[in-house]
Amino acid sequence: MTLAPKREDYDVVVIGAGPAGLAAAATAAEAGLSTLLLDENMGPGGQVFRAISSTPVTDRNQLGADYWVGADLVQVLRASSAEVIHRATVWSLDRNLEIAASIGGASAFVKANRVIIASGALERPFPIAGWTLPGVMTAGAAQTMLKSSALVPNGRTVIAGQGPLLWLLAAQILRLGGRIDRILDTTERGNYLAALPHAFAFLTSPYFAKGLAMMREVKAKVQVVSGVTELSASGDGQLASVSYVAGRRRETVPADLLLLHQGVVPNVNLAMAAGVEHRWDDLQLCWSPVLDANGNSSVAGIAIAGDGAGIGGANAAVVRGRIAARAAVEALAPASAAKLVPMAQLRTDLAKAERGRVFLDTLFRPARQFRIPSGDTVVCRCEEVTAKDILDAVAIGATGPNQLKAYRRTGMGPCQGRLCGLTVTELMAQARGKTPQEIGYYRLRAPVKPITLAELAAVPKTEADVKAVVRG
Amino acid sequence: MFRRSEHDQRPPVQIFVDGVAVAARQGDTVSAALLASDVDARRSTAVSGAPRLPYCMMGVCFDCLVTIDGVGNRQGCLVPVADGMQVEIQKGKREIGK
Repeated sequence: MTLAPKREDYDVVVIGAGPAGLAAAATAAEAGLSTLLLDENMGPGGQVFRAISSTPVTDRNQLGADYWVGADLVQVLRASSAEVIHRATVWSLDRNLEIAASIGGASAFVKANRVIIASGALERPFPIAGWTLPGVMTAGAAQTMLKSSALVPNGRTVIAGQGPLLWLLAAQILRLGGRIDRILDTTERGNYLAALPHAFAFLTSPYFAKGLAMMREVKAKVQVVSGVTELSASGDGQLASVSYVAGRRRETVPADLLLLHQGVVPNVNLAMAAGVEHRWDDLQLCWSPVLDANGNSSVAGIAIAGDGAGIGGANAAVVRGRIAARAAVEALAPASAAKLVPMAQLRTDLAKAERGRVFLDTLFRPARQFRIPSGDTVVCRCEEVTAKDILDAVAIGATGPNQLKAYRRTGMGPCQGRLCGLTVTELMAQARGKTPQEIGYYRLRAPVKPITLAELAAVPKTEADVKAVVRG
Repeated sequence: MFRRSEHDQRPPVQIFVDGVAVAARQGDTVSAALLASDVDARRSTAVSGAPRLPYCMMGVCFDCLVTIDGVGNRQGCLVPVADGMQVEIQKGKREIGK
């Protein structure tokens, strides 16, 4: 079913139907604003609540209570007047708040008074030797298949990396009867000490007890190797084995599937292409948009909520979505704001949801050697450019990611830098003795996801549009 | 690499991969259906011809590119299966006319 937007103009357009987008759209619609929610996936939920309306995993204990929270958010949204379109890929957003979305192979254009970007996060690149081999995937990929299709690993499976999602995924795979042979924990030993000053906030947050229980559940069934300092995958056209170093031991284990994860980072492509200012976050080691307390960005009318605003997790994302939507209501229809949850209450909710985050960020700060590769390790998966290629380009004069495009085409493939951008910035910063902020990021432009020339050509054109580009 | 949970009660859907019938379930994405099957679903890259399988399954990595019903370079992880869908494992870059 292909569904075009019903109107040309909306008070609020929300992009992304994860926790932040679901909450934002429901809040804006509840206040009576005309609201459109555009989402790339088949159904609501984003990544954390993926397939919440359709998952074949119906035993609630298997995915856990935190997952099913998403069903309530969807219910509230569906009861509202918000218009929702799935399988709609937003490929352009500009300073005039004009939005282009590809829906069923055709582009639709809408104009908004306010835009709330809730495009969420993606998994941080994990550029180790062999990470492009078939059989190497992200942990999130396995979780996506588990939630939406009840698929579990059944070959020899190794999970490597660090962070809360890794343990959650492992627990879910085991609950569904899947196979995990070994977990390789790459958390740096020094991080435990660094995180200690922030431990109190974490110990008193809801994450602590849940996290501990999950790790116990997994460790009872799977061999866990901690202190992993080197990691690589090898095989001939297909993953065959995983090698690692822990302590002084180097070991190689045969594997059919390697699931990698070292945290998530904001998905910045749409916001950056819209001209939103971003800054390098030295703690979370990623680009985060510059926002005020209501999520408003440097571009008038564009707010960002959820993990795209800086990683805060699902609970914080929901509150940030409500805050951004309430701010939009206050700006567009102040009289209607009275029926919404007061801003002061939302700020208290957000502080509660963000409790313990600094501890997690510090403890799970990924190690340098897993962020900044060397030698023949592929950095740009699309254009197949290695770390050495990039260092060679730096040696002959490439100064930053945008120049590097001319030298090596990094970031110019279909993923548009999503899987290499952070690595390129950090690698070039290290090579040139600069900070990531000084080195900068790819200049991103629409279309932020590839669309066909046929789709572009079919876009309705006025006489003035044609005259602007046709000679004579 | 992956198998289906025995609790999965979704109705079956039949797709064709390079002409061979493959059993999928309603609500699967093309990529999930391929990874759950016995098919060798490895595509090859446009740059070097290296074999690849889906990496992220959430629409960002483009390693799931596949030809669906005659249209190349589709992100298999974002497209739901449909009965009778014709999937071709894409070797190299998208061809003109596909």
